[in-house]
Amino acid sequence: MPVADFDVVLGLEVHAQLLTRSKIFCGCPTTFGAAPNAHTCPVCLALPGALPWLNREVVELAVRTGLALGCEIQPVSVFARKNYFYPDLPKGYQISQYERPICLGGAVEFTVGGEERRVRLTRIHMEEDAGKNLHDVAPDGSSGVDLNRAGVPLLEIVSEPELRSVDEAVEYLKALRAVLVALEVNDGNLEEGSFRCDANVSVKPRGRERLGQRCEIKNMNSFRFLRQAVEFEVRRQVEVIESGGKVEQETRLFDPDRGETRAMRSKEEAHDYRYFPEPDLPPVRVEPGLIAAARGALPELPRARARRYRERLGLPAADAALIGSDPEVARFFDAAVAAGGQGAEAARRIANWLNGDVARLANESGLPPRAWKLTPGALAELVGLIEAGTVGGPGAKQALEECFRTGASPAAVVREKGLSQVSDASAVEAVVERVLAASPAEVERYRAGNAKLLGFFVGQVMKEMKGKGNPALVNAAVKKKLGGP
Amino acid sequence: MSAEILGLDLRALSGELAARRLSSREATEAALSRIEATDGRVGAFLRVTAEGARADAAAADERAARGARRGPLDGIPLAVKDLFLTEGVETTAGSRILEGYRPPYDATAVARLRAAGAVLLGKLNLDEFAMGSSNENSAFKPCRNPWDLGRTPGGSSGGSAAAVAARQAWGTLGTDTGGSIREPASFCGVVGVKPTYGRVSRYGVVAFASSLDQVGPLARTVGDAALLLQAIAGHDERDMTSSTLPVGDYLARLEEGAAGLRIGVPREWFGGGLEPGVEARVREALARYQALGARLVEISLPHSRYAIAAYYLIAPAEASSNLARYDGVRYGLRAPARGLREMYGETRARGFGPEPKRRIMLGTYALSAGYYDAYYLRAQKVRTLIRRDFDRAFEACDVVAGPVAPTVAFRLGEKLSDPLQMYLADVFTISANLAALPGLSVPCGLHPVERVPVGLQLVGRPFDEATLLRAARALEREQGPLPAAPEA
Repeated sequence: MPVADFDVVLGLEVHAQLLTRSKIFCGCPTTFGAAPNAHTCPVCLALPGALPWLNREVVELAVRTGLALGCEIQPVSVFARKNYFYPDLPKGYQISQYERPICLGGAVEFTVGGEERRVRLTRIHMEEDAGKNLHDVAPDGSSGVDLNRAGVPLLEIVSEPELRSVDEAVEYLKALRAVLVALEVNDGNLEEGSFRCDANVSVKPRGRERLGQRCEIKNMNSFRFLRQAVEFEVRRQVEVIESGGKVEQETRLFDPDRGETRAMRSKEEAHDYRYFPEPDLPPVRVEPGLIAAARGALPELPRARARRYRERLGLPAADAALIGSDPEVARFFDAAVAAGGQGAEAARRIANWLNGDVARLANESGLPPRAWKLTPGALAELVGLIEAGTVGGPGAKQALEECFRTGASPAAVVREKGLSQVSDASAVEAVVERVLAASPAEVERYRAGNAKLLGFFVGQVMKEMKGKGNPALVNAAVKKKLGGP
Repeated sequence: MSAEILGLDLRALSGELAARRLSSREATEAALSRIEATDGRVGAFLRVTAEGARADAAAADERAARGARRGPLDGIPLAVKDLFLTEGVETTAGSRILEGYRPPYDATAVARLRAAGAVLLGKLNLDEFAMGSSNENSAFKPCRNPWDLGRTPGGSSGGSAAAVAARQAWGTLGTDTGGSIREPASFCGVVGVKPTYGRVSRYGVVAFASSLDQVGPLARTVGDAALLLQAIAGHDERDMTSSTLPVGDYLARLEEGAAGLRIGVPREWFGGGLEPGVEARVREALARYQALGARLVEISLPHSRYAIAAYYLIAPAEASSNLARYDGVRYGLRAPARGLREMYGETRARGFGPEPKRRIMLGTYALSAGYYDAYYLRAQKVRTLIRRDFDRAFEACDVVAGPVAPTVAFRLGEKLSDPLQMYLADVFTISANLAALPGLSVPCGLHPVERVPVGLQLVGRPFDEATLLRAARALEREQGPLPAAPEA
């Protein structure tokens, strides 16, 4: 049977670093980039006698996330110790949640191939991140450990095995990431590892009920790698079954250089984590008041926002989704639309500029919206200038670049750089006359029926006017002076 | 002069310091000389911090001279079990794996003693990682009982009890996970208090079994112990299991006597294993209470027979996890090795003694997949039942009284080859840890034949240390002080 005759079943486990100022069980900062072990203390170094104390902000962010994803927030949840030895795990156990996580149920909604999908969540729990082993850092070849990241708070978000294709997995992840970013609980950065994903992959002959044996795939730090890894793994499992073999339960590591997954440890080698309730931390109690406050403070979520853009502003679905998925961009967009105030047409233009040239400039500069010099008011002003015919496409583009770089007002830039388009009919006509006079042969051929030459004359006029001619006026004047073909 | 100073109990010394008839320097020098003279025999101290103590004393005297004495503990020479972290002072937990380790911070209880102006004489001997009932599991040296150097001082806070009995310090801190304050207090004829779980911060105390460990004082008198407890008790934001309940005044009603108290006597504590001489002294103490106007109430703690079994699942399980951090990566011993696994294996093989190894194995097994429900979870259920026994008992009585240990101090080496016999030394004390209740040991005379101390155990309602101390004080006042330990 070819791959197409198999059903793919995927479940995803996402580890999202929470945007708290301090670590989950101590007061050390969570910021990146410090010298190794600069952000450590007796607690996150696991010195003898040190005890964890729970950062309440972590609970608040977990509750916020759970509410946004429709989970049942558990009034009492329990931290547990997950025991294993590794140098980046200073206590010899990770404080996590096991039998009683803070959130149960919930779902992630997304669109894939035009189809609305809703994939249920099993649970969300709170835990601490580990540190990092550094190899080949010392002259003698020994390894080091950097514990700056040890104790950074994580949410683990576990889906049911309900994803049916790699496309679904990618869209699920994008939608989940957009929610977390909108909630301001996570920065959504896959490359830097603040949003990480493991996949449970299994296949079964099409239509069969019983799930196949699953493998857990680790180390996919981009959507592209997720796609490669899952596609490879599906092929691998199908080949194993096709050749009469059995897929063994194991943990596999994705190797981005070779685009394949490799066995990391088998079921027999799997750790026995010896979970038990963490005796150093009392059960976490979430009072109804905290839930109510978190519910009241929930921001508009990406899908709701995209719906609003589609339904109220008439944005095309793709534009609406793109803007809606990033809260900072959405805030910028909302402010620009409010400043413009000229209705749906202006909103569409603002969206176009935002997803087009502004996005390009932002990309090139690497600046997030909050660091842009361009203000929402300025973008609205630029769109106003376009709608009024004061500036044409090329002039507007040039003005935008200047505004993005300097923060100047578009009207001033257009004025100072002489970017306004010539909308004076008599001035345009004078140029048209000059151009026609300079190309008698082409005029002759046009009049003989070669209508395609209209574009040539318009182009010549625009060139003569250095792109500032009002395109509608130029078109009309050329046609008028040439007379019918 | 020195002998006179050493003869004073803590509160008496405090009075002398307050009146400036004595200086902290004199008291500290007396203590240091006493340690010098006796500790070669006793072995209570793993480390004497003479220089630090002299500096502490000078600072205390300077405050006294300014009229800025911080309170009753200012200038009093004390010492702490080597399980408490002390900034810049080697802290070993009695284990080779931490030999040479100098912590960068003080345990909260130590910091509170320092803040109260106490003089710290040094670090006291103990069973490795507080695992033991005789102090014989110390990786460094045995500690001996000042009443009879052939006997153990009990454990695991053996050094803490022996130092008080040998008059080397006016008070000490110990920890109690299954009886580790009360049993040595009983064996050495001193007062030892295990407060309610959560009453004293565990921050900075090397963890053995986190849900059972509790810090407490040992001292010559009930009043001295009360004073020390007063200084260290109370909420600590660094220990989330420490209680936010306000700390009562442990001295205010100390002298109010036992009249009207209902004293519960658990049927199950006077069964087969109790040595007759110990039972005789305990029963005498109960009779004294009756004479003082207390009422004896027979109670039943039916589940206490499962206490040892439950304890030896829960405590090793937690210990197996708590001791995982001693891996050679960040501090303490690191055995030379070619690779990671070898480093872990060699470091832990060389660093841990037999008892921690035994408990790590027991605990790892109890938590293993497939065994968790049958062992750890079931033991936790027993724990709940034991607590319910006490809750029911406290409907009929105010404190529970009985023996601390089935025997008096046993001989060095007597139980060393039989861990189970050693574990049974804690048969009466473990219940209070499992139920998170306060308990104490107060001397109730010498064994009629063996002429070494017997302790009476009192267990109280949660956070009702005040009643416990008052009851203990009533007995202490009635029977008078024990003679000084003869062999120190």
